[in-house]
Order: sequence, then structure tokens, then C-alpha cells
Amino acid sequence: MVGAAMPSRVVADEPSVSRTGTAVPVRRIRGQRWAFWAFITPFLVGLIGFVYVPIIWSAVLSFFDAQGTVVPTRFIGLDNYKRMLTDGAFTSALLTFTLFAVFIVPTTFIVSLGLAMMVNRIQAARAFFRSVFFLPTACSYVVASLVWKLSIFNGVRFGLANQVASLFGSDPIAWLSTINPPLYWIPIVSVRLWLQSGFYMILFLAALQNINPELYEAAFVDGAKGGWQLFRHITLPLLRPTAVSVLLLCLIAAYQAFDEFYNLLGNAEYARPPLVYLYYLALGTQQNFGLGSAGALILAAMIAIVTILQSRLLGFGSKGES
Amino acid sequence: MSTAPLSNVVGLHRGGRARALDVVAWVVLVIVTILFLLPFYLMIRNGLSTTQSLTSPDWSFFPTHPQWRNFTDLFHSPDIPMLSSLKNSAIIAVLSTLGTLLICSLAGYALARIPNRAAAPIFYGVIATLMIPGAVTFVPSFIIVSSLGWVSDYRGLIIPGLFSGFTVFLFRQYFLAFPKELEEAARVDGLGHWRTFWRIVIPNSGAFIAAIAVITFIGSWNAFLWPLVVAQDQSAWTVQVTLSTFITAQTVNLPQLFCAAIISILPLILVFVFLQRYLVQGVAQTGIK
Repeated sequence: MVGAAMPSRVVADEPSVSRTGTAVPVRRIRGQRWAFWAFITPFLVGLIGFVYVPIIWSAVLSFFDAQGTVVPTRFIGLDNYKRMLTDGAFTSALLTFTLFAVFIVPTTFIVSLGLAMMVNRIQAARAFFRSVFFLPTACSYVVASLVWKLSIFNGVRFGLANQVASLFGSDPIAWLSTINPPLYWIPIVSVRLWLQSGFYMILFLAALQNINPELYEAAFVDGAKGGWQLFRHITLPLLRPTAVSVLLLCLIAAYQAFDEFYNLLGNAEYARPPLVYLYYLALGTQQNFGLGSAGALILAAMIAIVTILQSRLLGFGSKGES
Repeated sequence: MSTAPLSNVVGLHRGGRARALDVVAWVVLVIVTILFLLPFYLMIRNGLSTTQSLTSPDWSFFPTHPQWRNFTDLFHSPDIPMLSSLKNSAIIAVLSTLGTLLICSLAGYALARIPNRAAAPIFYGVIATLMIPGAVTFVPSFIIVSSLGWVSDYRGLIIPGLFSGFTVFLFRQYFLAFPKELEEAARVDGLGHWRTFWRIVIPNSGAFIAAIAVITFIGSWNAFLWPLVVAQDQSAWTVQVTLSTFITAQTVNLPQLFCAAIISILPLILVFVFLQRYLVQGVAQTGIK
């Protein structure tokens, strides 16, 4: 990158420019131009170097045969894309993701909204409950997976879930490797639910507390009966922007699921989301960067499309930037 | 953020049914609290057990003789590189947070407050990157980092993460709402943009910067995919990579591994306890764009 040496030079120039920047109008405009570039160049160089260039390089590589090397070697056109889209493992990874989203998005939504409404309802100990539900956010997916895999859903008898199951006379269950029925979804979904519900609860709580209490009074005076009608006609419509953004954030986060799948299930074929598959494809023994790039771009395009579609459908854009 | 309690309007008609709902809310909250704290309890219980009592089929609620020496043994363990991974995580998280704050606040300020024809196209260029989740680009980013020879190197672990379009976006929104009068007063006093920024704007933005700092630090400390990809030598492992490696190891000492997990979350628990105000604010800000 040519611009790599730029930021320090421009930043160094800046103070002298601003010193002269105020007196004469003409100089001032010139000073402003320098100031703008001085402020933004470090970021811009990095954004280009570490976001745009990688994506473009990757897009180029995706049309080449690049195995064990990051330099394009042999042009093969759309072959990488064809291979990815007809690759059963990749399409089943997309299916795994879809199932995962179907499980995790509604459960997170209901749990976080429910917790927020209950915490908001009670008259005491709000701060305590808020802190408790938020505390898991301090844990990484790795730590949570460690507890889930080695303690709660350990397949042997000393695992907590199996201890509980044994109270009902059940033999130890291999929670993470039982495919039929697909019990592995229980640890996979519950771990993320535990980790992220508190985060979304905070968002809902902030929104609930922003609702003007007079609205409830007015609705009550207007003859709204009971909690359900108040919820239906006041709370829900006013929560809509938050609800939409929670859904979007939750879905985008689910698309990027990697940590808990990798740590709980490893490279298990029956439940391998796209990122885990791409990880093993590009960085495993194959080192197939051409194919991996094609897969990454397919995934990025899908996420972008879903994000745009969903925000259009749910009217996210209409709120404008705030 | 308003913490004004929702007025007791509900009290207007707080009849028998409402009171019953209160009871239900309390019962549910207490049950969920127990479930939410369960993993923490397990970490401590397992960390203080002996291997023998931990793997015993008979459940014990808490070790009768807590094995505090598991913690010291962990740091002397020849298997788990705990000290070096803690050091790596700390260096990476601190430098990432400082770097992100510096670079993104400057850029956000320029986009919000310094008129320039390039501002709009750059802003769209930033917004466009928000559409592409960072994790998806790990293959392309790794290609760049390995071409630069930054594999298993702090540079590779820190620098690619400093240029967060989302953080720039947040700073821009914040600076747009920053009281103009303060900056105008500084301008009248003859300060240019650079000094206005450092002497007026930054000192008056403590709460917002703290909120972003806390969120960035947590994100960096807990990051897993990128360190897993870049930190290939054991000497460069972060705490998360180390823990993950030993989740699947057959030979590892289980109580020690749980001690390692406890130690790995301690810094963030401290952040939670002492900086929760900023954290909650940060979450509310980053969640609702």
C-alpha cells in the first residue's frame, strides 16, 4: 500500500496548519481541508488496507486455483463458485445455519423481552436482576462452551444434565453426539441463549423505560382494560424500533456463529455452520484459499441480502439514521 | 439513560390479577436467576474440586475441602501456558482498545464536524462495510496478514481489528450531537480543529468514550475466531485460544482447566462491577443504531 506512510506525516502537519487556520478566511478553508484529511487518513488507510483490499483480493482469488498459496496461480473462472454451491457439505452448512437461526432468534427475542418486562414490572431489586442477567455477557463463548461441554452436558455420568436425567432413571446421554433425535441442539442453543439474552434485555429495558408513563394513564382513561390491552396498544408499538434492531442484530450474530459450534462440536459433519466449514477449508490441511474465498463471498452476499431485505420488510430504514 | 421508574400508573388498577402477575414475575425471575448463575457456580465448584471428586458419579454440591492450590498449580502447569496467554490477551486487548478509540474518534469527528466534499462518499464507504459482518472476512483478512508476515505476531492480532466502521459510525453520531457552542467558543479563542478536538471535545466526552472503551475491551478480550486463525504458535495464544485447545485435550487436569476459565473471566467481572454504568450505556448505544 502506497499510503502506508501517510498518516504520521499528515498528522504532524496538522497543528501548524490549525495555528494559522483562523485569521484569514481563505487560509481557514485550506486549514479545514488539511484538518479533515489529518483526522481521517489513519482510519481510511486501515479501512482500505484491512477491509477493502482483503475483500477485493479475495474476490480475485475466488476465480483462481489457489491452494496452499495466497497468490493467484491458475485462472479457473467460476469453478470455485460452482464447486461451493454444489458441495453438499457447504449447502448443508447453510442448512445448519438456517435451523440454528430458526431456533435461536425467536427464543432470544422472547427470553430477552420477557426478562425486560418482568424486571421493569417489579418494584424492587431491579438493579440486582439486571446485573445477574447481564453477567453472562462477561463470559466468552469459549468459557461458556467449556462449562457446557465439560460440566453441564458432559456425556458421562458426572455431567449435570445426566445427573438430573438419572433422577428420572435415564442412562447417561451423549448430549453432543446424539444425532437421532438431534439432542446436540439443546446445548448449542442454550449456550448462546445464556450468553446473549442479557445484552438484548438491556436494549429492551432501555426502550421500556423510555415509554412515557402518561401514555398508559391516557390509555387507561380511554378505557383500555387490563395489562394485555396496554401491552398490545402501547408497549408493543413503541418497542417496535428496538424489536426490529434486536431481531436484526440477533440474526446477523447467528450468521456468524463459530465459537460455540467449534468448541462444542468441532468439525462434526452433522452440525457445521458455514464459518466452521470455511475455517477448515481455508485454514485446515487443504489451505484452499480460492475455494474458501468463494465460500466467504457467497456467505457475505447472502448476509448482505438478508440484512437489506429484512430491514426493508420490517421498516428499519424508514426510521432514518438517528 | 432514564432510570426513572415507570410510574405506578399500573397501580391505578393494581387489582388482584395484577398482584398475581407480580407474584408470577418474581417467581420466574428467581428461577431464571438460579439458571443464569448455575454456570458460574459450576466453574467455582469444579475449579475447587479434586479430579477424583469432580469425575465421581455421586454429585457433591461443593467440595468439602476446597482445593485452592489448583490455582497455583495451574500457573506451574507444564501443559497449560496460562501466564503467557494472559499476557498476550492483556496486551492485545489494551492496545486494541486504545488504537480503536484513537483512530475511530478522529475519523468520526472529521465526518461529523469538518466540512469536506469527500465526507459523504467516505461515509457511504464506511456504511457499506457494516453490511459485511467482520467474521465472514476472516479468510480474506488472513490472506493479507499472512502476506505481511504477521502470523503469530501482535501486529497481526491487533492492527486489522482497529478500523471498525461501526465504531466510526457511533463516534460520528455522537459528535453530531455534541454541543456546537463549546467548539465555537474554542474557535473564537483561536484553536484549530486539532486542538479543539483534544482540549475541548475529548475532555467533555468521557462517558461516551468510556462506554465505547468498555465494549471494545470486552470484545477484544473475548475474541476467538481471529486469534485462533492468526495465533498459530503457542507463544502467541490468547487466553481464549488456550482454553479452547484444552477443551478437547484428553489429558488435561479438569479442575485446573476450570480455574483457568475463572481467571480468564475475572478481568471482565471487575469491569462489570466497577464500570457497569458505562457498560450499560455502551450496550444501549451500540445496540440501537
